[in-house]
Amino acid sequence: MAEIKVDCRNETCPVPLVETRKALRRASKGDVVEVTGTHPSSRKEIPMAVKSMGLELLGVEEENGVWSIRIRK
Amino acid sequence: MNKKATLVVHSGDLDKVYSAFIIGLGALSMGMDVSMYFTFWGLQRLKKGKLDSAPLSKMNMFGLGRWMIRRKMKRAGVASLDKMLKDFVELGGKILACDMTMEIMGIKKENLRSDVINDYCGVGTYIKEAMESDITLFI
Repeated sequence: MAEIKVDCRNETCPVPLVETRKALRRASKGDVVEVTGTHPSSRKEIPMAVKSMGLELLGVEEENGVWSIRIRK
Repeated sequence: MNKKATLVVHSGDLDKVYSAFIIGLGALSMGMDVSMYFTFWGLQRLKKGKLDSAPLSKMNMFGLGRWMIRRKMKRAGVASLDKMLKDFVELGGKILACDMTMEIMGIKKENLRSDVINDYCGVGTYIKEAMESDITLFI
């Protein structure tokens, strides 16, 4: 089970969402993808995408405007 | 079967082509299948080297508005159309080119980005794609 990190800090719409999707496509089943970013809407929208794809949202954390979202494929 | 979005890209204006790619990429990222059907002025953007050489739909001011918007977009970190097209293809998005537009505007296959175009087709293909779609937009 690999852990894949995606850094989308200072990227804006739609890059964090797209980079998350690209990482999830490349990941194998069971891998964990962790995305970090600063774009506020993506913090809400990445979990929406996770839900619509039927994947597992492991957690969302935020500190000083930098959020990180963990997803299991 | 995945949900699906089909977009007609009729406009070749820079801002509208950006909107089309952002929506297309958003749909792919949310797990949908996406087809983008390029026709009329939109098809001009699929000519080799012409992806972002387009005016704005409003306030173009002979290129001044376009220059200002591009500068602001760069500063805000908005991705280039080149990156968006590359990501669109990587995420499995389908690009369709209108063959009637090619005929009336004298555009040959060798003038187009055949590396990203999945098919050259007519309205029947668009309707077939749209019938299977949950979202369809005309931009």
